[in-house]
Amino acid sequence: MAFLQSLNLAHIPPDLAVHIALYADVQNAPFLRDQLLQGSPAFEYALIDATVILSTTHVLAAVFRAANDHLNGRLRSRNVHSEIVFSLGANNNIAQSLRTFGITATTTDLLAIKLSTNPSITASTVSEHLAASVNGTPVEFSDATLAKMADGGKIRKLYKLSGVGEADSKGKRRRKDGSEEGSGGVDGIKAGSTGYDAERERKELEVAILGLMALRGAV
Amino acid sequence: MEITNNDPPQPHPLPPPFTHTAPAPTLLTQGAEALLYRTHFLLPSHPCALKHRPSKPYRHPVLDKRLTKHRILSEARTLVKCRREGVSVPGVLALDAEGCGDAGSGGWMMMEWVEGRTVKEVVVEAGKRIKERGGGGVWEEGLRALMGKIGRALGRMHEVGVVHGDLTTSNMMLRPSPTSLQNGTTFTNGAEGDGDDAKSAGESLEGEIVLIDFGLAAQSLQDEDKAVDLYVLERAFGSTHPEAEEGFQEVLRVYGESYKGAKVVLKRLEDVRLRGRKRSMLG
Ligand SMILES: Nc1ncnc2c1ncn2[C@@H]1O[C@H](COP(=O)(O)OP(=O)(O)OP(=O)(O)O)[C@@H](O)[C@H]1O
Ligand SMILES: [Mg+2]
Repeated sequence: MAFLQSLNLAHIPPDLAVHIALYADVQNAPFLRDQLLQGSPAFEYALIDATVILSTTHVLAAVFRAANDHLNGRLRSRNVHSEIVFSLGANNNIAQSLRTFGITATTTDLLAIKLSTNPSITASTVSEHLAASVNGTPVEFSDATLAKMADGGKIRKLYKLSGVGEADSKGKRRRKDGSEEGSGGVDGIKAGSTGYDAERERKELEVAILGLMALRGAV
Repeated sequence: MEITNNDPPQPHPLPPPFTHTAPAPTLLTQGAEALLYRTHFLLPSHPCALKHRPSKPYRHPVLDKRLTKHRILSEARTLVKCRREGVSVPGVLALDAEGCGDAGSGGWMMMEWVEGRTVKEVVVEAGKRIKERGGGGVWEEGLRALMGKIGRALGRMHEVGVVHGDLTTSNMMLRPSPTSLQNGTTFTNGAEGDGDDAKSAGESLEGEIVLIDFGLAAQSLQDEDKAVDLYVLERAFGSTHPEAEEGFQEVLRVYGESYKGAKVVLKRLEDVRLRGRKRSMLG
């Protein structure tokens, strides 16, 4: 419970607060996914598989877009929470983005996001409901935690960004344990690069992703 | 009703959601098509540039929306392509090409903030210093290096198949590299300059060229389009920086070395110049 983070995004009115919880070792993903698919109102969340999230900025950019479209009455999907997941995608295909970024039956690293779209939704109601519903280990929502969970190879593949921000495309290795200190922790970033280089490579990948999300496949 | 002519021009209201932004975005420039603000992205600590294309009241609203959307997406698309392919441009952070409201709020794009000054400001300063001190010094040497960097940046952009459409020295920035700020300069051993002069020349001319303002850019691999791009810059350079006109040769020299196919474009540039001269003789 203590790990729910409530924040305000710049430019978005503060009453539309953003509540975020990150979990590792989630055991009941199939149950959570069913609740989403059934459209159960209590389960109106953005439930995101954290392995396809690079950083806090990556996911918050999607929240920003969804919140702005919500405020402008321009949602393309069912609600602002599904819109967050849709906004992570690099194209206009809602179903595909939900499938790619949303919780799956095998998800274990889970990001749950809820917006205070009405005054009855508060940090404590969200926190209580998540504590009762998610069977997993709450961890801090931070760049460091997300970097350890992120599957860099998969992220590059789904945004079609192989090579971007990679100093050496042959040096790709899966590193799920995040054990290499100062490596930035994102798989596929050249093994042995210094902390500074890894950070630069990660930033380069991040900015490329934000651009593709903003374009949403516009040609 | 009283009609007066000396009302200040009506400032354009910020588009949503930036009406809520604290601190409020600062207006930097107001061009014919766009307003450029400095603001922040998702956190106040993350600076960014906001380009607002307001709707034009004299255009039909349907046409206006379509044009605005087209220009926002076209600029963003080119920036994203350039950035992915290693051309130094600000990355796109977010955009809203639709706007909202019946009157239309226009569209906006947020992009990474580029530190530093426009190349125009830098060249004007260097030109002034060279005039004060005479040629052959650290400033001239630094300016020449800067011209080379411009040539290389343009070559890289053309190599990936992007033509800018509005090349001027205001649409390029010189971003100081973090290392040049720490380590002083590479011009300190210029025999002519005294130490302080070399240091300030280095500080002001050192850095990386970042290309901006892709509102009129297009994707093209045609030599003709690339040559016209260079011609536009050559003309703009001649009129903005008459004192530094010879320096432009260095832009073209380095451009010519920068990618396979650049020499052909330079050859084509000669034709474009000839046509331009004929046209101005007729006109
Ligand atoms: N990303 C940026 N970071 C910092 N400063 C910027 C950035 N983009 C633009 N500027 C500053 O704002 C000025 C105007 O920007 P820009 O050239 O993109 O707009 P414009 O000329 O009004 O646009 P357009 O020609 O498309 O109508 C630039 O000359 C530069 O000084
Ligand atoms: Mg401009």
